[in-house]
Amino acid sequence: MAALYEGFTLCGLVPTQNASDSPIQGIELDGDSDHAVVTDSTRSVTLYKVSDQKPLGSWTVKQGQLLTCPAVCNFQTKEYVVVSDNKVIRVWKDEDLNIDKAFKATVSADVWRVHSAPGGEPVVLFQRGAVRLLDSLLSAPQQPIEDVLSEEEVIRWSTNIVAEKQHFVLFTTEQKGEHFLYVQRLNPNTLQKYRLEREDSGAPPLSFSASLRDKHINLLYLYPNGCVYQSVVAVRGPVELEGVQTLPRSLRLRLPVGEGKLGAASAVALDEAHVAVVGMPHPSARTGKDFLCIWNTNFQTLQAGKEMVGRIHGPVWCYLGKLFVPHGKALSVIPYECQKSSLASALGKLRHAGIAVSKSSVAVPSWNSLLHGDQPQGPAKIVDTRKSKLSRKSQSATALNVDQVLELIKTGPVEEVQREVEALVSRGDAQDLQLSVGQLACHLVARSQAETAFYTPGALAQLVQTQCLCHSVCPDLLLLALEHKDYFLCQLCLQLFPDIPEVVTCACLKTFISVPDGDVEMVSLEPDSVSFMEGLVAAGDRGGQQNGFSPPLFEEDSCDAHHQPKPPQHQDKKNPTLQLEACPVGLHKAVLLNEVLQTAYSDNFLLPHLKDLNAQQVILFLQYLQFVYLKFSQDVYTQTPGLRSPTMTQIIDWLCLLLDAHFTVLVMAPDAKGLLSNLESFVKSQVKLFSELGKIEGSLQELHKMKLSKDISQYSIEVIELF
Amino acid sequence: MGELKVHRVRFFDYMPTAIRAMAFNAHTERLALARMDGSVEIFNFTDHYFQEKVIPGKDSRSIESLCWVGGRLFSAGLNGEIAEYDLENLRPKYSLEAYGGPIWTVISNTQGTQLAIGCEDGTVKLFEVLEEHIQFERNLDRQKGRIISLSWHPSGTHIAAGMMDMIRVFDVPTGHAVQRLLVDRGIGGSKSRETVVWSVAFLSDHTVVSGDSAGKVQVWDGHTGTLVKTHLVTKWDVLALSVSKDESSVVAGTSEGTVIQFQFIAPTLHQQDKEWVRTRTFKNHTHDVRALAEIETAIVSGGMDTHLVVRPLLEKFDEKSHASGLRKIHFPHRNLVSCAKKAGLLLFQFPGQLELWRLGDSDGHGKPGDRLPLKWKPEKLLLLKRKGEDHICCSALSSCGGWLAYSTVSSVRIYRLQTDNNISITKVSKLPKVLRSAHQLCFSSDSSKMFAASSQSSVLVIALTQSECKYVHTLKPKSGSRQPIHLMTTSVDGKWLAAANSDCEIHVYNLQKLKLHCIVPVYGSCPSAMGIHPTTNNLTMVHADQQLFEYSIVEKQYTDWSRKLQKQGLHNVWLDRDTPVTHVTFNPKNPNQVVLHDMHMFCIIDQSLPLPDQKTQFYNQMTLRSLSEQERPSHLHAFKICKTFQDLLCVSLLDDQSLVVVERPLLAITSQLPAPVRQKKFAT
Repeated sequence: MAALYEGFTLCGLVPTQNASDSPIQGIELDGDSDHAVVTDSTRSVTLYKVSDQKPLGSWTVKQGQLLTCPAVCNFQTKEYVVVSDNKVIRVWKDEDLNIDKAFKATVSADVWRVHSAPGGEPVVLFQRGAVRLLDSLLSAPQQPIEDVLSEEEVIRWSTNIVAEKQHFVLFTTEQKGEHFLYVQRLNPNTLQKYRLEREDSGAPPLSFSASLRDKHINLLYLYPNGCVYQSVVAVRGPVELEGVQTLPRSLRLRLPVGEGKLGAASAVALDEAHVAVVGMPHPSARTGKDFLCIWNTNFQTLQAGKEMVGRIHGPVWCYLGKLFVPHGKALSVIPYECQKSSLASALGKLRHAGIAVSKSSVAVPSWNSLLHGDQPQGPAKIVDTRKSKLSRKSQSATALNVDQVLELIKTGPVEEVQREVEALVSRGDAQDLQLSVGQLACHLVARSQAETAFYTPGALAQLVQTQCLCHSVCPDLLLLALEHKDYFLCQLCLQLFPDIPEVVTCACLKTFISVPDGDVEMVSLEPDSVSFMEGLVAAGDRGGQQNGFSPPLFEEDSCDAHHQPKPPQHQDKKNPTLQLEACPVGLHKAVLLNEVLQTAYSDNFLLPHLKDLNAQQVILFLQYLQFVYLKFSQDVYTQTPGLRSPTMTQIIDWLCLLLDAHFTVLVMAPDAKGLLSNLESFVKSQVKLFSELGKIEGSLQELHKMKLSKDISQYSIEVIELF
Repeated sequence: MGELKVHRVRFFDYMPTAIRAMAFNAHTERLALARMDGSVEIFNFTDHYFQEKVIPGKDSRSIESLCWVGGRLFSAGLNGEIAEYDLENLRPKYSLEAYGGPIWTVISNTQGTQLAIGCEDGTVKLFEVLEEHIQFERNLDRQKGRIISLSWHPSGTHIAAGMMDMIRVFDVPTGHAVQRLLVDRGIGGSKSRETVVWSVAFLSDHTVVSGDSAGKVQVWDGHTGTLVKTHLVTKWDVLALSVSKDESSVVAGTSEGTVIQFQFIAPTLHQQDKEWVRTRTFKNHTHDVRALAEIETAIVSGGMDTHLVVRPLLEKFDEKSHASGLRKIHFPHRNLVSCAKKAGLLLFQFPGQLELWRLGDSDGHGKPGDRLPLKWKPEKLLLLKRKGEDHICCSALSSCGGWLAYSTVSSVRIYRLQTDNNISITKVSKLPKVLRSAHQLCFSSDSSKMFAASSQSSVLVIALTQSECKYVHTLKPKSGSRQPIHLMTTSVDGKWLAAANSDCEIHVYNLQKLKLHCIVPVYGSCPSAMGIHPTTNNLTMVHADQQLFEYSIVEKQYTDWSRKLQKQGLHNVWLDRDTPVTHVTFNPKNPNQVVLHDMHMFCIIDQSLPLPDQKTQFYNQMTLRSLSEQERPSHLHAFKICKTFQDLLCVSLLDDQSLVVVERPLLAITSQLPAPVRQKKFAT
């Protein structure tokens, strides 16, 4: 999850003559985390205290001179460094009022940028690609500067990164439509050149952003067609590679571009999962490209968006939780927050957004809902929250807040913890709880794992029922519930968690199958699912077959019936009927198995874990699946809408998976024989049905051809024949 | 039977106009329906939805609302007038300026003593219904903003009025507004637009149901003026509402062409508290549903897409029957095409003009299924625009093609035609004074006489000569029926004239003696088509309930064939057809053959062949085709039905034995309709 907070204007901007240029050359950090050094496109450098939106100092070069590189701060000496007119390096201190009187040195070649980073010396990058440390350069300003780049190659972007005491200068160049990345290591100096893959359109990248993560430099670059690519360069990689390598890239995001291509836009990585993009249209706002958006690259979801007034100039800087966006006539600072993302919280965000939308659509409170409350998400909700706020106020003296409860969980006795958690959950509304629920659950689970005597089923169930929880937030919860044989909680988790890993699903399945029926029958489960199962079991008793369907077992012309010797056939015919009538597992066990059937899974991940089941378990489960399948296909049981129930497809999928996982075992097992032959006859009946349908297809196609009538004009004389 | 040459005509650009209003008279079971062109149609719901009467429209008349008071029909429209209709003479009886600007709606109280109209200037005006007239009584308190819809409480003490953004409830005795119900506007962009309350319904428990332009159907408590329930049913407008007689169901028509039913039921089983629950959605229209009526067993709807739909409520039927089928009425149940059999001319009647066409010809021969090369193309000879504001109500073309006549409610015009080499048309100037207007016109087969159906079922006989036309006689029925004649036919020998009126009576007149010859025994269903056989002078009649009779005029009794047919009964497939037969002609070469058609088929009845019994395959042409020459005779039956041609307006047999089929494909009508409201469809 990520959020953009209310921003503020740091300073106004003077529009440049050339509209496409940014009025700001650069924004750099000072030694102080709240300071920003802003260099405009012409002559002045201003130091701001960001939180106060106040300039602390400003320095301007003489008329006629031009700043050609953004001012940086030398973190070691607390001096500022800037380059004017490409060749003059100026160094001054905070106390200096006039930049002209400060130290200056003229170097022999044109400077592209001076880079500085905390923990490293400032570095000077020359336009022809040479790199010097600032100190060594200033000690001999007129030293010869070699050309690294070829004639037509020009630098487009550069940055520096300090990693593990290793100083890097990265810069990209363009030569005849080709783009290269140079990675310059200092001490010892090595230079590696990479070629960037060409984008199909041949357009140059709009922006680059580099960041250090896990000992790798991540380069993020945005193309005008909305593609954001990421390339990774190892910090400590084999550097001895000769020649130009192609830099492998991966597509992280494909942003909706809207009409036309992007003009001034840039992307900057916020953390491993989030990218801030400016100058991009908002996918749901349609018009205009002047949005600042935060995207989650893992899930390709839009996390936050904000419209920026006025034209976006292009670059964006990101320092210490703040985004600096020049747009229109102002430089805005927008604080943001990115939380570590999980699939579930992304889903939670979506769910939340859904509620917000439906809420806003009922803006006018209608009498209808106020009086009768039949539109629960409307103004009734507002009343609710107001009420809960009131009650919160009145309770505030006695009730504990989240932090206190968390403390309590660590040490308090079971009953008290249970009581306080329930009180907290029932009191707060969903939005407030979103974050605290996860913490509460984790703490509860941690304590339970540490102390076997400590277990609060009620509190945990209530936390799960808030629907703010998911498996990835608290991975141990479901396993803990299994361990404590808390089947109700297991059921809740299976129902409400969207992200249960297959291994856990399988563990649940295994436990459910092997648990003795008597143990489960005493447990109280979710009533809807129980009543569904009761209905399903009862449906068979009413008997009768509708819609002319006869289960394949009763089919007289069942193909395999003829091949079998008579006596076993007789037996076979009896056995399955018995199996059909009775559910092979107890009612509550069936309810739990149904929950497993309805969880989401992916075959590839599930299959290996299914192999953990032993033969008896597999046979029992197959029998149960067969039972449900028959019930469903008999169609005697009319499904009550609204009740959660496994679908036919889910049942078939599980059957297939089980057979896949244990086929050899089942073939060998004598007691699985009847079951397998039954299943085979199902398949046969299905195949028969489909082949019949296939035949119909042909005739339907013919009908279609017949329909092709001649084009009839306004008038014709035709001959018909009547008999 | 053999091969037939068919002139397949598709150049009649008949275009019905949109349905604007509807009123159902539960007592007489008649549905009055007003169209955009100001015409009014009366359907008899007891008689297979037969279109009994048509009151032609008028340019200046616009009807916004219809209302029955007993057996009297009133309309009001944007021209600011209230009109009462003379249903016997098929014309407005009188109209009255209401002095309130355009009128949006007219209703009557349950007692039938008062009418209330809603005017553009914000007044609700009450009129007293007198014996022969209506008289202005008083205004209720004038409101700001127009009154769009009205509904009278069954007790007669209150009136609910739908306006812009609100509903007012008036106390009728004092005339004061006692409640003001504010109607929410639409959400989003439509917030700035006023909500039009297109329709209101006041139920006896003081519940007010409203339908508005924001797509809502709302239920209000009329006592307290509070909103009870809102159903957002469409993104567009809810245009019409109708309440069932027992007030247990309300239907709403929307701009999307759907009709949505709400029922007053307990939302959960075994619970006493009832509420208005949205139950069913019917989609039989592509365009706005402007008019709705919920009758005992069906929902009747009509709108911009011009057809009338009778959608039966299946729970009211115990078994599948004729009445339980969906009925769509696209075409009028009368002839708009006259065919000059000798001359090969077609006359098309539009409300505003007549078109005369000469059919093309071909000298080629071909196998069945072939299309013949044309020797000459069909030719539009004449376009005759009517004079005056009144729309044409009937027209006729003599079989020789020498005479043409049409009538509006105010005048009859007769023209002499020359179509041989150079086309000329001359209006017959001096018409007899008695010939004011006609419900039906028809020429004798030798074109020496014209017959005009006049008031009280009488027929005027006019003699035509080259130079003048002269009034000869008025044929009057003995029954004293006051109903208009809707069908008229003469015999080829010029001796007989048969005329049928809306009382289901068929009078046969002897034209030589100029007096009534006999009355065909009255059958319970209205005749929808009839014809006199050219050689036997038997009168063949087809009724709205699809029954078929043959009556010998000379012997004054049903013929043996007819008796046999009645004894055996018509085939169920024949009886289950849902459009009436609108034309009967005969084959002059083969006296056994009668040609009939309805909208979906034409049928040649061969009286020499055995009648089909219920077990026989009725549509047997395909089977016969596949049989060999020898096997065929054993499978033949009297009804030879051809469904090759669809959406038929006329089928007639010319004297040269070729068949004329006038088709008006519904697709062509649909394509001329304005675009329907935009609807979000999947993946668009």
